[in-house]
Amino acid sequence: MSDYASIIDQADDYVEPEILPLPLDAWHRAHGARMVEFAGYDMPIQYEGIMAEHAWTRDSAGLFDVSHMGQLVFSGEGVAHALETVLPGDIAGLGEGKMRYSLLLAQDGGILDDLMATRLPDDQPSPFSAQDVEPEAYDPLHPLPTASGSFYVVVNGATKYDDISYLIEHLPDDVTINILEDQALLAVQGPKAVEAVARIVAGVDGLVFMTAGAFHWNDVPLWISRSGYTGEDGVEISLPAEHAVAFADALLALAEIKPIGLGARDSLRLEAGLPLYGHDLDPEITPVMADLGFALSKRRREAADFPGAERILTQREHGPATKRVGLIVEGRQPAREGAEVIDDTGAPIGRLTSGGFAPTLGKPIAMAYVPLALSTPGTRIEIAQRGKVHTATVTAMPFIPHRYVRAGAK
Amino acid sequence: MSRYFTQDHEWVDVDGDIGTVGISEYAQSQLGDVVFVDVPEAGKTLSKGDEAAVVESVKAASDVYSPVSGTVNEGNAALTDDSSLVNSDAEAAGWFFKLTLSDPSELDSLMDEAAYAAFVEGL
Repeated sequence: MSDYASIIDQADDYVEPEILPLPLDAWHRAHGARMVEFAGYDMPIQYEGIMAEHAWTRDSAGLFDVSHMGQLVFSGEGVAHALETVLPGDIAGLGEGKMRYSLLLAQDGGILDDLMATRLPDDQPSPFSAQDVEPEAYDPLHPLPTASGSFYVVVNGATKYDDISYLIEHLPDDVTINILEDQALLAVQGPKAVEAVARIVAGVDGLVFMTAGAFHWNDVPLWISRSGYTGEDGVEISLPAEHAVAFADALLALAEIKPIGLGARDSLRLEAGLPLYGHDLDPEITPVMADLGFALSKRRREAADFPGAERILTQREHGPATKRVGLIVEGRQPAREGAEVIDDTGAPIGRLTSGGFAPTLGKPIAMAYVPLALSTPGTRIEIAQRGKVHTATVTAMPFIPHRYVRAGAK
Repeated sequence: MSRYFTQDHEWVDVDGDIGTVGISEYAQSQLGDVVFVDVPEAGKTLSKGDEAAVVESVKAASDVYSPVSGTVNEGNAALTDDSSLVNSDAEAAGWFFKLTLSDPSELDSLMDEAAYAAFVEGL
């Protein structure tokens, strides 16, 4: 454990001293982005404006730089079983090139992060360029990934170093974790995203929702999944950071695609009903409280073999005390994160964890944790914010329908 | 008529003892898309620096402070119907409220257009 402690210290030190630039930092600025600090990086909050960028993504296709997110490859003997000791999903049952949304769980069942896990194809070279990271820190964990029996996992940027510390502590020594620090990650999202990308990346339109594969653009290796976090069809593309600028230029040359900032990414995911870690999810929240029961795979529920299983399965059976719901807020004024849900006497009984103006709906929406008795769609609740009381109605999410292209629907 | 600015990016046009208050072009560009404005009602008494109005963009909520003391004559009803006027015409049609100044000497502490332009330049 002492070795691990020193690794963890170095991982923590790595992010703290400064705000890091993304591989596309200069590219964003050249395209008129306003930059803000987010998750330890300078990131584009907006280019031409959040409303216009939001609408463009819903109507056409937006390019999002999500290179701040953690891209990890897990490999080694028993890796699927090892991952199942910290995730409640059926990881062992994932086919090659198939992916699953899952949750990194603390030992008490609280959510440490949400993530996407993909089983990489067996018996093929790694889809990621050979690289190793922070050799001083990661030498003890030895070699480069072998593709066979490996998983590619994308975690949140703000939590990636904490995740790695936790995983090093809880996964067996047989499992190797490689951090793909030199891979950029670009998302292209929107109804025209796949048709546009397919013009420069042959075959990408052969993917269906939640599948992934290796592709090429010129001679650059791309690992592409048909997935995203906007509620729209689209792809997420991992590629060597050194080629990110040229590839982003090639994407932007497609008439359907414009660059989109973090501001619209947030309003898009909110309309899609997708929780944001650190806001709608945190270590105090379990998957059942978060209404993410779908992430608890049947086999895993029956085996009750994930962290916090007893607590989580009891909540699943009897209902959690509080639950994440969607809200449509009356009037035009947004109710935002931190506003309190109050009862008839004005006492706080819940809290908004996200909230803002929904550009597609043209009205304010929010996510909140409320007592189970108030979580049924149609229930009217009151929100206190800066001395004013707002009325809202609990609403099923997503607020606007997802438009994923699933297997069998093509 | 003279126009004055505050360091919080409000402007006030003064004509006799009537002031018209709004937020600057720079402020609207920083806020981004405005989706809601709450303006004060006629008759409300404001002291210089009081929270007088609220402007909400997609990103965030901001208070608008009264640049001077006085009594509100009217809020801009047009903003209730179309808050995007704050983005499209911040320093004219996107005004927030008009008030009768109770102490015109307060204007001496505000910036003129040139001083405000220099202030924004330094941000």
